[in-house]
Amino acid sequence: MDQDELKKQEAKCTQENPPSCTAGCPIHVDARKLMLDIQNQDLKSALATLKKKQPFPGIIGRICDHPCEDECIRQEAGTTIAISALERFCVQNVSEIKTKAGIIPPKSQTVAVVGSGLRGLTAAYDLAKKGYKVSLFEKEDHLGGNLWSFPEAQLPPEVIVEELSVLNRLNVQIHLNTAITRQDLAKLQEEFNVVYLGLAAHSKRISELLGEQSSIDTVTCATPLPGVFSGAFVGNNSPIKSVADGRKAAVSIDRYLQGVSLTASREGEGSYETQLFVNTKGIIPLPAVQMSDEPGGYTSEEAVQEAGRCLNCQCLECVKACKYMQEYGSYPKKYLRQIYNNDTIVMGMRHGNKMINSCSLCGQCAEVCPRGLDLGETCKATRESMVSKGKMPPSAHDFALRDMAFNNSEEFALSRHQPGHNSSKYVFFPGCQLSGSSPEQVEKVYAYLTDKLSGGVALMLRCCGAPADWAGQRDLFQNSLKVLIAEWESLGKPQLIVACSTCHSMFHETFPGVISLWELMADLDLPVQGAVKSGSKVAVQDACTTRNEPHIHDAVRYILTKLGCEIEELPYSKERTKCCGFGGLTSFANPELAKKIIEDRISESTTDYVAYCAMCRDNFASKGKRTVHLLDLIFGTDLDKAAIRPSVGFSYRHENRAKLKRTLLHSLWKEAPQEKDVAYLKVNLQLNERVLEIMEDRRILIEDIQQVIELAERTGRKFINPNNGHSLAYFRPVKVTYWVEYQPQEQSFVVLNVYSHRMEIVEEGHE
Amino acid sequence: MNNTSKQTQKTLWKCGKCGGELQRGSVKASYLGNDFVVEELKCLSCGLVLITEELALGKMFEVEQSLEDK
Repeated sequence: MDQDELKKQEAKCTQENPPSCTAGCPIHVDARKLMLDIQNQDLKSALATLKKKQPFPGIIGRICDHPCEDECIRQEAGTTIAISALERFCVQNVSEIKTKAGIIPPKSQTVAVVGSGLRGLTAAYDLAKKGYKVSLFEKEDHLGGNLWSFPEAQLPPEVIVEELSVLNRLNVQIHLNTAITRQDLAKLQEEFNVVYLGLAAHSKRISELLGEQSSIDTVTCATPLPGVFSGAFVGNNSPIKSVADGRKAAVSIDRYLQGVSLTASREGEGSYETQLFVNTKGIIPLPAVQMSDEPGGYTSEEAVQEAGRCLNCQCLECVKACKYMQEYGSYPKKYLRQIYNNDTIVMGMRHGNKMINSCSLCGQCAEVCPRGLDLGETCKATRESMVSKGKMPPSAHDFALRDMAFNNSEEFALSRHQPGHNSSKYVFFPGCQLSGSSPEQVEKVYAYLTDKLSGGVALMLRCCGAPADWAGQRDLFQNSLKVLIAEWESLGKPQLIVACSTCHSMFHETFPGVISLWELMADLDLPVQGAVKSGSKVAVQDACTTRNEPHIHDAVRYILTKLGCEIEELPYSKERTKCCGFGGLTSFANPELAKKIIEDRISESTTDYVAYCAMCRDNFASKGKRTVHLLDLIFGTDLDKAAIRPSVGFSYRHENRAKLKRTLLHSLWKEAPQEKDVAYLKVNLQLNERVLEIMEDRRILIEDIQQVIELAERTGRKFINPNNGHSLAYFRPVKVTYWVEYQPQEQSFVVLNVYSHRMEIVEEGHE
Repeated sequence: MNNTSKQTQKTLWKCGKCGGELQRGSVKASYLGNDFVVEELKCLSCGLVLITEELALGKMFEVEQSLEDK
């Protein structure tokens, strides 16, 4: 991912855009944060939130005309949040409001501000805070202009005086009773670097002062007179827009005095429409909290309650849907940056590796994102980049890739025309996971297909290459695909029938005619009638790799209906479905997260699930969720038994696949299966459930254990515990050292413990 | 429970080849092109090095992970 791509992807994530209240506020007060402060009953923090944007919160908090409320998203479910009343509550109830001047490095340049209404006051405040020498000219004998026309109950005079006293602390030179005429303006221009006329645009006073030259730039507040700025907003009926007008001029004046562009990047100033997406579906409408004492404003309890209605507007659509997104406590815009940094780092630790390798690559985020941001695409491209740079952690995918190698080895791989046929119209590709989990169902499906279809149905056993694709091993994937294509061509390019959705997703570009078993079966007579008790309810787990295949979703539901099932749709289903934790090799790179993903998905409904992916079924069953495979329903197996059938471990998946090949060769093609003749396969093991669980967790296979024991017993290279007679030995076939603690018992070995490490110990032999 | 058995095992393992006691000695370890010398229990005469479960899944795993992220 290069910088441009990063920016393109980042721009799709709206989470960091401000809420609509803030965007709608001419000076961008963070009302969302303010609501949280009030809910936390932290008025000090609330005041700090106001002060961050408001020059005189005690005044503005009492008189603001609150355009934010018109933009509030709460309106879609109830009434707008009473932001203005809550601001008033804050400034009326906070113990101390006094704004400190702070330490400001002084600048030598001088600014004259004419008029002390909200425009002039704001400009004087902002510029003094930047260190300019500000002189404020007011024709009356007091500062504040129109502020004095508000009712005393709303804006008490002492508040005005107190709030404006900050200008003294900022060393603003205040000249009262000083009306400025057109003649005076010329003098001010001579005396000061800049003059700001804090008056409404097109007002009579402006015309008097500027004469015919009263046209004002609405973006910069600049007048045709050099160094003279003025109000660009017409009228005085919106206090907050007057404040924003004064602020806009202050920004221009600062730029003018620094000699930089007045016009560059000013798009974000003033009210605008935010890009933040907020989903209000399902939010319960709530009316505004009423004040028990209208003139006095909200009580503390009422304020907390009203602020509590705030939706705390966020997008987070993908985060709400995905455990992986939640796992790292942030959202895609942040993740994209972390991934980019991880990929481009030259020296130092790549802390993002695990995060990049933990995504299921399932595409759900792109589906739920209002702008289609697909974090999985970035994760996958980055994995490919890591592999190409030699920076992919070997432990992440090693086991899965060795499993793939097994599935493409002589142990499992097979291509044959249907017995008695020399050509094939179809080829059935059951995939390695169904073959590993339920080899008997592969046999049943193949028998069914050869019975129903004419023209010859070949069989091809091997891996589709998904593990390599997911691991970012592009070359490995391409090479595996090349072999597969060659096999397919040698069968005469028959139409592929796949039972696994992942295979389907890997094939649909290379083999345009590929059809899912479910689409095919929807059009054929089903093998068994009445296997399902009519009206049995099942919740459908759509495989994540069918996300963009609505015809498969439809076919599965059609078959279920035909079988007599009542279908329950999970909250996230079809194109919005959730991965079971296997996709993208999540369960290999981050088994803890995969567990959370499974737990989350199975908690969505108490109804029995039906899956049409062997991995979905096994993963859910492994956590105790009653889940049947669609084939269990189709072939009418004992459904109660099928629903609780435990997941098949890695070792037995290997064994099931190898056995399936041998069985089929023997029964269908009458070929004598070749038995592998290796010494270690003759080592008999006794494995209890505890050890089997450890093996599964630590990804250690029966074969690995057999090799350790065979070598140790043959060479005597092992450790012995004389107290209990246990042996402890190791073997390093390639990249992993396996350790086995065991005890010989008659003709077999009781396995007591297994563990492994990847680091190599270099032994110096002394034999 | 596990702890006690581990601790006793640590001291109780003997070399199965020569029956000798294990002693601490320097051992060369290597991962992803990084070499180090560590002190581990080994049979000084046969060269067999004992890596316990605790070490393999603890410290050694941590080092492997950080080297993978380097």
